[in-house]
Amino acid sequence: MKLLELLGYFNYWVFAIILTVGLYAVISKTNLIKKLIGLSIFQSAVFLMYITMDKVEGGTAPIITAGVDDQIFSNPVPQVLILTAIVVGVSTLALGLALVVRINECYGTIEEDEILDAD
Amino acid sequence: MIDIILDILSWILLLLGGACVLIGGIGGLRLPNFYARIHAASLTDSMGNILIFSGIMLQAGLSLATLKLFAIMVFLLLTGPTATYALANAALLSGLKPDVGSASDEPQENKLK
Amino acid sequence: MIFIFAVFLLSLLVITAIAIVRAKNLFVAVMLTSIFSLLMAANFFILDAADVALTEAAVGAGITTVIFLCALSLTDDREKPREGSRWVAFCTVGVLALLIIYATFDKPRLGDPDAPVHQHVAPWYLEKTPEYIDIPNVVTAILGSFRGYDTLGEVFVVFAACIGVLFILSVKPTKKTNQVIKKESGLRHHLIPQVVGRLLIPFIVLFGLYVQFHGEYGPGGGFQAGAIIATGVILYALLEGESSALRAIPRSVLLGMVVGGALLYGGVGVACILMGGAFLDYSVLATDPVVGQQLGILFIEAGVGMAVCGALLSIYHAFAARESFS
Repeated sequence: MKLLELLGYFNYWVFAIILTVGLYAVISKTNLIKKLIGLSIFQSAVFLMYITMDKVEGGTAPIITAGVDDQIFSNPVPQVLILTAIVVGVSTLALGLALVVRINECYGTIEEDEILDAD
Repeated sequence: MIDIILDILSWILLLLGGACVLIGGIGGLRLPNFYARIHAASLTDSMGNILIFSGIMLQAGLSLATLKLFAIMVFLLLTGPTATYALANAALLSGLKPDVGSASDEPQENKLK
Repeated sequence: MIFIFAVFLLSLLVITAIAIVRAKNLFVAVMLTSIFSLLMAANFFILDAADVALTEAAVGAGITTVIFLCALSLTDDREKPREGSRWVAFCTVGVLALLIIYATFDKPRLGDPDAPVHQHVAPWYLEKTPEYIDIPNVVTAILGSFRGYDTLGEVFVVFAACIGVLFILSVKPTKKTNQVIKKESGLRHHLIPQVVGRLLIPFIVLFGLYVQFHGEYGPGGGFQAGAIIATGVILYALLEGESSALRAIPRSVLLGMVVGGALLYGGVGVACILMGGAFLDYSVLATDPVVGQQLGILFIEAGVGMAVCGALLSIYHAFAARESFS
């Protein structure tokens, strides 16, 4: 049972690793598009953590089939939150990429240190 | 009795499909140049596609799910080779020449003389 | 058995994330991001979140890749290698990872039915949905009716992002002296993608409409449908050229869809006030409250689908119509 319990935490370890990989890309890379890619990886890691919390063992997706009683469902509430979050994430990404395109046209580069030097 | 036969048949198809995809993966890493790697990826992809989906359709029996799986298989069979064509065309148009190799058919001993 | 599969997929996810950060060529990084989104969608499906998996696959692996590639074609393709030491960043990030792993040991294990998250509101929603709303998909019921305000805010966020991108990218770039003649866009000379694309686009749009109206009975809904229909139209724009796509669905229609979707959602709420209930209380829309709820959810999902489709297409056209600077 100990191994099975430890494997139950595997999702959370993967969440921690992907979160920090995305965060490393945001803080340490100088290319603006790489930073945005790192931000989207960071967001996906947070979604993974929320959806991991909603699983109930022996449950299925929360779609009620008529006439069958006593079904165990997984929790639908984190799924609703993450649906909103995914769409908001892609909206933010589109806006960020529009800004990067304009910065490239004004400064001629998308490397952060060259932009700061040119200012 | 017929259930067991269908089950074994679907397992054989799934395993063969998995082996196809694995061979395609190894080919994609080991073959020398770009056009050979495209061959490895696309041929094994289509074959593995048909085998895996046939295996799953046998598991699903005769139901609505089988029709949906058949539709997905047709969709993947249409788009997979098209993607390969577009990739190879883009590579050719951007200047990557296929490696034609030596055109000579003579055996090596004749050249030593 | 499915556990081993889940562990395998999660390990692939970690490997892909590390490969994305290490890739020097930005095109490779964008392609790997698309694979990352698809693996994430498969993980969501294993964790019983069917709606979220569909949304992540349609939005993450589809639309995000297209927008990234549009932005890459307007800027540079390579990343400059960074000089200087990165040990400070490594150490900070490593310490943070260890702290988070240590903190997650307090969490309940995966699948525990007694976890606090399953206790308060969730059983009430699962129990009351057949009684108040009577649709099979509980996630759509919560999204549309029980938590309708959040979805209204989300539609307005999509609207604001669309308006923001259109404002930023409507500033014309300064003309260079030697202007290169813009080539005819689209894949006019490639027959095979055009034939296959023309065969598939009607089915893609039909599937998007199926997902839209089937959202109450199975996984689906407005967001996924909007993303799928937008993908179909973007495929048409890639094959035939952007000007023919703009002739097919002009910019005014796209803006009308965005504004109309947001207005439809708010309008349903105001109609509920006018008929005697609270804002977004759909029970007053028909004589039978359950039918009123279903009618309300149908209308707002249509509004959401229109708004998302119009916004994503407007954003794509704003990127694609921009002349390249270099």
